[in-house]
Amino acid sequence: MSHDHSLNPETMPQEPEKATLEGKNKFLGLWFFLGGETVLFASLFGTYLALRNSTAGGPSGQDIFGLELVFLMTMLLLTSSLTSVYAMYHMKNNDFKKMHLWLGITAFLGIGFLACEIYEFYHYITDFGFTFRSSAFGSAFYTLVGFHGGHVVFGLSWLIALMVRNAKRGLNLYNAPKYYTFSLYWHFIDVVWVFIFTVVYLMGKVG
Amino acid sequence: MTDNTNTNSFQKQKNKEEMKKQLITFALMIGFTIVAFSIVATNAMDKMFAVPLLLILALIQVGFQFYYFMHMKDRGHEFPAMMIYGGVFAALLTIAALVAIVWW
Repeated sequence: MSHDHSLNPETMPQEPEKATLEGKNKFLGLWFFLGGETVLFASLFGTYLALRNSTAGGPSGQDIFGLELVFLMTMLLLTSSLTSVYAMYHMKNNDFKKMHLWLGITAFLGIGFLACEIYEFYHYITDFGFTFRSSAFGSAFYTLVGFHGGHVVFGLSWLIALMVRNAKRGLNLYNAPKYYTFSLYWHFIDVVWVFIFTVVYLMGKVG
Repeated sequence: MTDNTNTNSFQKQKNKEEMKKQLITFALMIGFTIVAFSIVATNAMDKMFAVPLLLILALIQVGFQFYYFMHMKDRGHEFPAMMIYGGVFAALLTIAALVAIVWW
């Protein structure tokens, strides 16, 4: 399958991710999926907003949230969004090596984000005794933020699998849509994080 | 898709210009993030003003993410726009309903 689509800079279409019917379908399918994800995260956000003051005498968001760590996590994820834009830029210029380099940086930043989040949860649990079962606020918080973290884990596994599987294939019209759909998914994770740092952390700190 | 073979220098130049726009987008997003965090960190504002402003900053940033980083501004993105706006419509209903139930 991949052999009949091999590319060189002379035969490269402008949008390799949408040059085949399969690619077009993957593109549409992923956007369809993202529309559904929007609704899914909305229900988690709605639940969180409804329960965020139900602390059952336990710690509230104002007590435990630290803006420094959240700011660092935001910068890591936002920058990883830009590095995946760079990867897609090199894909459009048919530069497979540079694309993989930037995707590698994206993965590295994603792992950094995840490490911060694991530390954050560990810190809440050990230093504040704030767990999933502490209060309705605790359940809503860990469900929403943890679900986003789960998306980051899934995105990282997706990215690493893509990079390993295609390392020797080079760029072709068969795998270009795979890289492109991944980058859309990764941007969407950042979209969700923008609302998490605004609604959960910043609005939580304001009160 | 008939006119799009060859990554010629014209196309490369176009990609480069596009990338410049993406970098400006990124700088603006970082800027909005810093503004949002400093509003909260410095207690500069009343809750009544701070919360709507934070939400507006988030919406602008997400708009940049969708339209520039995810290319929704480009041609051939009618279906993605429909999907996302459909999702946003259902999302707003969901959040409004859940918040209203508690507030009632």
